[in-house]
Amino acid sequence: MSNSDIILSLRGVERHYTQPVDLIGRVGRMLKGSDKPKSVQAVAGVDLDVVAGEVIGIVGESGCGKSTLGRMLTGILPPTAGDILYKGKAVDTLTGQARRDYELAVQMIFQDPFSSLNPRMRVIDIIGEAPVVHGMVRRGDRESFVVGLMRKVGLDPAYRFRYPHQFSGGQRQRIGVARALALNPSVIVCDEAVAALDVSIQAQVLNLFIALRREFGLTYFFISHNLGVVSHISDRVAIMYLGRIVELADTDSIFAAARHPYTQALIKELPALRIGQRQFDPIKGELPSPIDPPSGCPFHPRCPYAMDRCRVERPLLKPVDPARPMHLSACHLDDMETPMPEGAAHTDRAQAGHP
Amino acid sequence: MNANAPVLEDAPRLNGDAAARRADAGGTPERHADSGELLLDVQGLRTWFHTRDGVVKAVDGVSLQLRHGEILGLVGESGSGKSVTGFSLMKLVDPPGRMQADRLVFNGRDLQALDDEQYRQLRGRDMAMIFQDPMMTLNPVLRVDTQMIEAVQAHGRVSRKAARARSLEVLRMVGIPSPEDRLMVYPHHLSGGMRQRIAIAIALLNGPKMIIADEPTTALDVTIQGQILYEVQKLCREMGTALIWITHDLAVVSGLADRLAVMYAGRIVETGPTPVIVGAAQHPYTHGLIASIPSIHTRGRELFQIPGSTPSLLALPEGCPFRNRCYRATEQCRHDPVLEEIVPGHAASCWHKGLQS
Repeated sequence: MSNSDIILSLRGVERHYTQPVDLIGRVGRMLKGSDKPKSVQAVAGVDLDVVAGEVIGIVGESGCGKSTLGRMLTGILPPTAGDILYKGKAVDTLTGQARRDYELAVQMIFQDPFSSLNPRMRVIDIIGEAPVVHGMVRRGDRESFVVGLMRKVGLDPAYRFRYPHQFSGGQRQRIGVARALALNPSVIVCDEAVAALDVSIQAQVLNLFIALRREFGLTYFFISHNLGVVSHISDRVAIMYLGRIVELADTDSIFAAARHPYTQALIKELPALRIGQRQFDPIKGELPSPIDPPSGCPFHPRCPYAMDRCRVERPLLKPVDPARPMHLSACHLDDMETPMPEGAAHTDRAQAGHP
Repeated sequence: MNANAPVLEDAPRLNGDAAARRADAGGTPERHADSGELLLDVQGLRTWFHTRDGVVKAVDGVSLQLRHGEILGLVGESGSGKSVTGFSLMKLVDPPGRMQADRLVFNGRDLQALDDEQYRQLRGRDMAMIFQDPMMTLNPVLRVDTQMIEAVQAHGRVSRKAARARSLEVLRMVGIPSPEDRLMVYPHHLSGGMRQRIAIAIALLNGPKMIIADEPTTALDVTIQGQILYEVQKLCREMGTALIWITHDLAVVSGLADRLAVMYAGRIVETGPTPVIVGAAQHPYTHGLIASIPSIHTRGRELFQIPGSTPSLLALPEGCPFRNRCYRATEQCRHDPVLEEIVPGHAASCWHKGLQS
């Protein structure tokens, strides 16, 4: 991987949300002295390189910051701290045409195909508006351009004058895909793009994603809570927990040799077709509040292997296996001579199973 | 399963007169003869909605049998009629929907013969339902304790104190930490997983014989879904409660259910024991559902996809409703297939049934 292949990089990116102080808060502050407003650390420091042409999967529970990360990548949200680099240049320093190029090159597909399409626009306008506005397609060519795109994503072009409510969920998601493709992007951020679809429709849309990637050489930033979907489509997987990446590796390594206890638990929880009753052995507890994250390792209150060190010191993301330099994990267990959960981890791995 | 019967008897231990009251109301023996006895027997259930555009046959001739303590997974895509089947069993179908059945017997009683008041007494006591979105089922302006005590008192003369103690007991059963505190809060204070646990606890309050769960984990994270599945499986085993688990995700239910029924366009197209359906499905639609689940094993390959989408129930093709999307369809499929037993307990409704090649 040379540096020129890296299309997007995140360097220590953080995003905090702070509630605006209301009147009562201000009065309270005057009386009590300064009381710092509480902020939610949705993304608490992420470093990641996205290589051109790869599919990177981001997995995590609701509230782990994966959608916020996706929005920052597309430029919808500015990061509170840290830098996003597009082809090596910091995005917030880009101006004029360079900024426009970045914005057009990174497109997004949203989770809900019902609320992400304007109900008062016809399909031809939804798909054709942006490329005309940006001068990529002449107004006179708009119709033929939209027809071509609709064919590409598997929609009948005869429906181009219909409104979104006349389509089913799967078809709407295809409209969303066509809208993103219309700007000839190089990166598409898919935020839970198949979560709202039925299994059979989900399979159709996933196949479409893979076919389009092959045809246009797209890079996908694929955000999902479903490790099954991510494992099908991704080349690399990043597991997020409470605003940080806790494990990052290529898909095969994650499934064959997950290092972080959270990843191991997620793989074990993955619903899979199986014969015979399953013994459920869930992770205890819920995702802690990002307003008041636990000290040390954010996963320690739920971790079966938590040690004293985990309560005070946050583990850093680092290479854990000399044989696999690209496999990063953030866990103190990796520093120990004989990792404690080895036995347990092995059974997990056997369950996650390879064909 | 029969070993669970005493526990079941024990379940409404608070209201000592509950068993007697129940025996009065139903006139059914409280001891179950054996586990083979059917708790629920539905034959030819039809729920049709008479709309301005035509008759929507949301459920069109569904037959289901459920034994005491059995877990049945009802699987299908959106619009297949699986939820309406659940609502029909609870008699929660409003006009323009109308419901009919050739046979609808629950716990030895003919449900079609019950009047509204008798059905009200049955609901929440002998059969309970858990819905997909717990924010919609819990009343946002009432505290959890108010809602739970109300559910207990609706079915028996129980003191507030006893009802409260019972509420605490079931909250503990569904694995809620510090249940005393949870009783005193409003639903919006709780996370999605916690709310769904409360909904399950309310369903369990009166020790029902059957619970219908309509996609209860769809809105939840994988880890929380795992916790709920674990609690539900444990509770059903301990209390001998029968469960109908309605879902679109075959993978979720395959680890939980004893038997599966696959629905398509208002009909059951295949039913059988879970291992048989997962390992040796005979209906092309079931093949499609199984093959379209993405996983690490399918990486780099194209996923099997069922072409097209679920047909509108107003314009179903004549004959087999699946034939426009089916890879085995022939001229013969223009005629209605019948649900035929392949081996005892495993039936499929297809002219070209057979293992996936």
